[in-house]
Amino acid sequence: MSNEIAVQHGVIPHEVHEHHDVHHHHETFITKYVFSQDHKMIAKQFLITGIIWAIIGGLMSVLFRIQLGYPDVSLPWLEDIFGHWAKDGKIQPEFYYALGTMHGTILVFFVLTAGLSGTFANLLIPYQVGARDMASPFMNMLSYWFFVLASVIIMASLFVQTGPASGGWTVYPPLSALGDASQGSKIGMDLWLVAMAMFVVSQLLGGLNYVSTILNMRTKGMTMTRLPLTVWAILFTALLGILSFPVLFSGFILLLFDRHLGTSFYLSDIVLGGNILPNEGGSPILYQHLFWFLGHPEVYIIILPTMGLVSEVMSINARKPIFGYMAMIASMFAIALLAFLVWAHHMFVTGMNPFLGSVFVLLTLLIAVPSAIKVFNWLTTLWRGNIRFTPGMLFCVGFVSMFISGGLTGIFVGNSTLDMHLHDTYFVIAHFHIVMGVSAFMGMFAGVYHWFPKMYGRYMNNTLGYIHFWVTLVCAYVIFWPMHYEGFAGMPRRYYDYSGWESFKHFVELNRVISFAAILSFLVQLLFVYNFFYSIFKGRKVTSQNPWGANTLEWTTPIRPGHGNWPGEIPEVHRWAYDYGKDGKDFIPQTEPVGKDESTH
Amino acid sequence: MSTHVPAGYKWWTGGKSPYNVSYGKLMMWIFLLSDTFTFGALLISYGTIRVSQNYWPDPNHVFNAFPLMGHTNLPLAFVSLMTFILIMSSVTMVLAVHEGHKRNRAGVEKWLLWTILGGSLFLSCQAWEWTHMITGSHAVLIDGQIKEIGATITQNPYGAAVPGLMHDGHQVTTPGPVGFGGFFFGITGFHGFHVFSGVCLLVLALVWTRIGKFDNLGHYEMIEKIGLYWHFVDLVWVFVFLCFYLI
Ligand code: HEM
Ligand SMILES: [Cu+2]
Repeated sequence: MSNEIAVQHGVIPHEVHEHHDVHHHHETFITKYVFSQDHKMIAKQFLITGIIWAIIGGLMSVLFRIQLGYPDVSLPWLEDIFGHWAKDGKIQPEFYYALGTMHGTILVFFVLTAGLSGTFANLLIPYQVGARDMASPFMNMLSYWFFVLASVIIMASLFVQTGPASGGWTVYPPLSALGDASQGSKIGMDLWLVAMAMFVVSQLLGGLNYVSTILNMRTKGMTMTRLPLTVWAILFTALLGILSFPVLFSGFILLLFDRHLGTSFYLSDIVLGGNILPNEGGSPILYQHLFWFLGHPEVYIIILPTMGLVSEVMSINARKPIFGYMAMIASMFAIALLAFLVWAHHMFVTGMNPFLGSVFVLLTLLIAVPSAIKVFNWLTTLWRGNIRFTPGMLFCVGFVSMFISGGLTGIFVGNSTLDMHLHDTYFVIAHFHIVMGVSAFMGMFAGVYHWFPKMYGRYMNNTLGYIHFWVTLVCAYVIFWPMHYEGFAGMPRRYYDYSGWESFKHFVELNRVISFAAILSFLVQLLFVYNFFYSIFKGRKVTSQNPWGANTLEWTTPIRPGHGNWPGEIPEVHRWAYDYGKDGKDFIPQTEPVGKDESTH
Repeated sequence: MSTHVPAGYKWWTGGKSPYNVSYGKLMMWIFLLSDTFTFGALLISYGTIRVSQNYWPDPNHVFNAFPLMGHTNLPLAFVSLMTFILIMSSVTMVLAVHEGHKRNRAGVEKWLLWTILGGSLFLSCQAWEWTHMITGSHAVLIDGQIKEIGATITQNPYGAAVPGLMHDGHQVTTPGPVGFGGFFFGITGFHGFHVFSGVCLLVLALVWTRIGKFDNLGHYEMIEKIGLYWHFVDLVWVFVFLCFYLI
């Protein structure tokens, strides 16, 4: 034993203590709120930037839902605001395509990737592993500012004469490669690509930091299997990002070359406006492979952090240990691994060899297994729990509901035979909005309501939270459930107007209902935004250090912690994070040593 | 740090870095893993396009020139020299890191300088090779006419020979697959950009060594981290070399 202690002292690396001396420095407004290197502030910056993007992206969906729900109605005020994009008060086709594309880009990347991971990785990693800050606070700051740079560029693309990228969030060539192919393929497309390149840099800087902080900077006693599931989830998320974004980056470089240098990586045998283009030998399918090699892991980059948040918030509010802690980790590992092996299920109709297709069907359906294990574990955690229905908890339950509904339709589209029919229809829209879009938002809301007291030292308003939850849940189902039927009927996605099609004109009224629910759900999100900002300044103050009775380390910091998190020594950890309702005790924080006659979990 | 480690010692218990790696080095390793995927994606793209063509130029035929040797046919001689230079620069990098461990500032400076020289030489060689390929002129039959063209990202003179057709004593060919130039210049350029960034980092490290930054810090870990990057760039070259020059 004495030997071991000697080693402990010998190997404590310098960085663990490196930040001790930084947190007393004088801080100016600029270093505290703008170029902050404090993980807590960076988390807030990511969150608020994400909220702004979510409002913009959400507003875009409202606009295109107006077109889909009311294709014949002319709304002059649209023209007042958008000028020739809404000539005669009607959303023009180019505008419609641009809206859909930017809605997807913004929500997927800027809100649910950067906004979500950026917020909770930064907030929770140092807090929950017991570190004073990230491994490299400077790189962490750079990560945020690269995200801002990407944001500024994509924002600028909304205001150029020819409009932003319009070929769908996946920007498939040849449409995206040929400037003359459409309005949105011109400068808007270049700005999109440059912005995304900056985005990848931001993700990489962030991801490197997350992984090395989790591996290297855990406090004494915090073994990997004592980490809260939030941290595990973020670890897998970061690894997915680190390994898949570079492939997207390569794909974008080749696309930029095709656009501007006349290469033929993705182009071959194309006639554009009556002219035969000289490009030959390239393959647009190559782009799809490169894109989806990121694209599929990307959907898990979005959902994994929320799985972590939900596990944590749910266990705390059910006053029960999370069911199957190790199974949760193992299934996240399986998901992360399989995420790299299924990308071609987005490409079943590209003329892929059916045998290869069947391999991807198999691997795709395998993902359903760890997903189901997780769902089972959440349900069992709720089972006979002593549930506190806080807004955070409600959103956890909403998350599970959505994840089940959307996961089941994943099995439909995961079968190549069925997907031949369902691909590029509203069925796919319904599938991924439920399983990714709404689920991830629910998980994120759970996180925001739950950790708001830690972030701002105040609570959010509960009543507004309940209204927010119920309206969102109902609207989400009203919006996306009927889309499954439309998809079965073959209604394609991304069309401008369905009322002129014999096969789809009977959906006009259904579309109107969907649009109505979409607008309502957008408005109720504004209620959340109001609640959020109002509570920052006027919310009920937190008076106890550990308001939720939670076990993890962030609740051992002062109510409003300074830079460095703990005023004294960093606490030591003696147990896992889920000792709720154990041996007759409501909860036992991780910092409490294991008692002599305590039962083991 | 050379404390005796007892058997069964637990590395992951927190309060220290597992395996004693500093976060900086860990980040460099993970970054390199990430960059592997960047290059991997590019090389695999190249591979898929290449196998989808029914003709691809023979590297022995394309890369057969050497500076100042006129038209002598020296297949792969020049690229072998380039590869040798780059590998030697990895050796000198190892020596720089080694001197860093001994905290020998003069030694570090010396070997950094050699490494910078190696990297710069490699880049110069690449510049020569690119120029030679772009400005070269090969007789190619295009739309029924013989034209003299070089290899660029949009045209490729190294196509199949047109039987029996000669021009100024040279065999006339058809245009080759355009993907050749795109991938060749794209990927070797991307690699060259990595080498260039590496040289910049090395120069920075040299300046820092000179002004005694690492002596003040008490360790030369920065040299080690740059070394990791440098070896990685070297290793990538081996694959680029394999995919473009050997296969
Ligand atoms: C049960 C597991 C799942 C299976 C088997 C599955 C399968 C599929 C398949 C085969 C497609 C392609 C459909 C088509 O385009 O024809 C698809 C689309 C999609 N899935 Fe899933 N999925 C599953 C879970 C998820 C999860 C958890 C997420 C996100 C968190 C997700 C997000 C998406 C997205 C974003 C798309 C559409 C992308 C686009 O075309 O724009 N899926 N899914
Ligand atoms: Cu997928």
